[in-house]
Amino acid sequence: MSKITKAFQGGKAFIGFLTGGDPSKEKTIEYILAMAEAGADVIEIGIPFSDPIAEGPVIQNANLRALSNEFNTDDVFEVVEEVRKNTNVPLAFLTYINPVFYYGYEKFFKRCNELDINGIIIPDLPYEEKEEILDVATKYDVDIISLIAPTSKKRIKTIAKDATGFIYLVSSMGVTGVRTEIKTDLKDIVNDIREVTNIPVSVGFGINTPEQAKEIAKIADGVIVGSAIVKIIEEHGYDAKDHIIDYVSKMKNATMLNNA
Amino acid sequence: MNDGRYGMYGGQYIPETLMNELLNLEEQYNFYKNDPEFNEELNTLFKEYAGRPSLLYFAKRMSEDLGGAKIYLKREDLNHTGSHKINNVLGQILLAKKMGKTRVIAETGAGQHGVATATGAAFLDMECEIFMGEEDMERQSLNVYRMELLGAKVRPVSSGTKTLKDAVNETMREWTTRVHDTHYVLGSVMGPHPFPMIVRDFQSVISKEIKEQILEYESKLPNAVIACVGGGSNAIGSFYNFLDDDVKLIGCEAGGKGIETEFHAASITKGELGIFHGMKSYFCQGSYGQIAPVYSISAGLDYPGIGPEHAYLNDIKRAEYVPVTDDEAVDGFEYLAKKEGIICAIESAHAIAQVKKIAGKMKKDDIIVVCLSGRGDKDAESIKNYKDARDMEEL
Repeated sequence: MSKITKAFQGGKAFIGFLTGGDPSKEKTIEYILAMAEAGADVIEIGIPFSDPIAEGPVIQNANLRALSNEFNTDDVFEVVEEVRKNTNVPLAFLTYINPVFYYGYEKFFKRCNELDINGIIIPDLPYEEKEEILDVATKYDVDIISLIAPTSKKRIKTIAKDATGFIYLVSSMGVTGVRTEIKTDLKDIVNDIREVTNIPVSVGFGINTPEQAKEIAKIADGVIVGSAIVKIIEEHGYDAKDHIIDYVSKMKNATMLNNA
Repeated sequence: MNDGRYGMYGGQYIPETLMNELLNLEEQYNFYKNDPEFNEELNTLFKEYAGRPSLLYFAKRMSEDLGGAKIYLKREDLNHTGSHKINNVLGQILLAKKMGKTRVIAETGAGQHGVATATGAAFLDMECEIFMGEEDMERQSLNVYRMELLGAKVRPVSSGTKTLKDAVNETMREWTTRVHDTHYVLGSVMGPHPFPMIVRDFQSVISKEIKEQILEYESKLPNAVIACVGGGSNAIGSFYNFLDDDVKLIGCEAGGKGIETEFHAASITKGELGIFHGMKSYFCQGSYGQIAPVYSISAGLDYPGIGPEHAYLNDIKRAEYVPVTDDEAVDGFEYLAKKEGIICAIESAHAIAQVKKIAGKMKKDDIIVVCLSGRGDKDAESIKNYKDARDMEEL
């Protein structure tokens, strides 16, 4: 069982996201550790990209802020190096295929392995194109986290069958960002997934309140929150640490209310 | 090639939310492209609505002046809406309608594709929203008004560089929110499969006609076919039916202020292999694979990538891609106006500039066909401003 999958063994998991380099390299290190301290079970670190087509305005702007700081892929590896001195929490990168391609797949995943990066989420790498990185990611023990969307239908089982780490179930149509309501019938999708795999299922896109987290955790194994955390960072900049700890603790508690 | 790859290029690098819709589109397209009724409807639209076949015009004065090859202009500028974009738009909107869609969305750079899409949507009774970079809206305000006049909603794109690339991002994002009733009318031979194939097929009418017309006029094939290349739709349309012939194919990229500067959009000449907007191809990139801001005097060529089939044709050396600067394009724009009385789009003027470079070196009985992809009314004002600024600098 991979390190990421193991993170779900203690009950319902909370997965937090932030964009690397926003507002600075030092603060990214501090905020990742803050999330870990507040109980996040897996942390996703965004490697900034100029054109993040799956993101809504909040994370788009975080990407632009990070890039305007000239924060790059090597910087994100340095962040992880520092973070790993203080925590063993499972870590995953979230980025787009071009920055990884440009860096060089072999070099990128080797570095992930050295720094104990455990998974990677690439929104513009669907199942059909997974081969692009499958061999090298497998060789270096990095789980490719598969996404399943409300539109996946017949594809659900195909994708789920080969999934590793956890399955990222996209809650809604559209891009990332806070939503007041999640309308998709997630239960049916989770049931379909369950027919072919025991890999944990986490739901992301739009979740921001403890009430939503609680509801989602009733049907899924994990809750993913990105934009809401990035918004806290956008609002509080260099002084976001306490706010992050406060928010992540609340969300983690709400998620765990469903633990038997 | 229909597995979505052109050599190593192409593919479907796109969020999962869109995958089923792309598979559906491919399936439906493969059905309708062989459906006699669909083809008859499309051909009727081409003929009676778009004004096809477009003329193949012998540019006598230009040929004499350059003193070499005979130059023919493929007059896509005379199509309804003023450019080749209508070919693809009519095909895709008709297809979307057959697929049961009621709404179309599209990106636009210069506004030509936006106007064509708004036109097709009005004519075929579809709801229409066009995404356009704020900077382009300023450069092409007349086209913004045209689209609105045609009943389309123009959505300003303020993210990133506020140009074509960002308009594509926003249209893709919009599509992920609504696929059930919405078709994305992608405007060039780019993006994820099946778009490069569909757009090429609909644009290939250009080279089909060129071939018939030139054989009728000259009883032989041209020595060279020349077209401008942004994403590459008029170029692939002009090249496609000549791929297996002994005809030189030349694509003209936006060289901007010069390829030795940072201000160009020459994806093949200066770009690097990458994966973006759903496809593996060449892209202008900055450090660490960030997509670079690109520049061209022409909003329609101001795109950091190129369609995957062009990347492949370049690799196998079947087509040649050359940069043409702003200055050369502006000279071409004026030259064609003065010599032939044709005001062409600044995009197409890149191809004219290339003709000026090579025609004189060719033999008298050689033939060049150049695709005049669009008309230049939209550019007259900005070219005037450009010229005024250039004159000021020279003073």
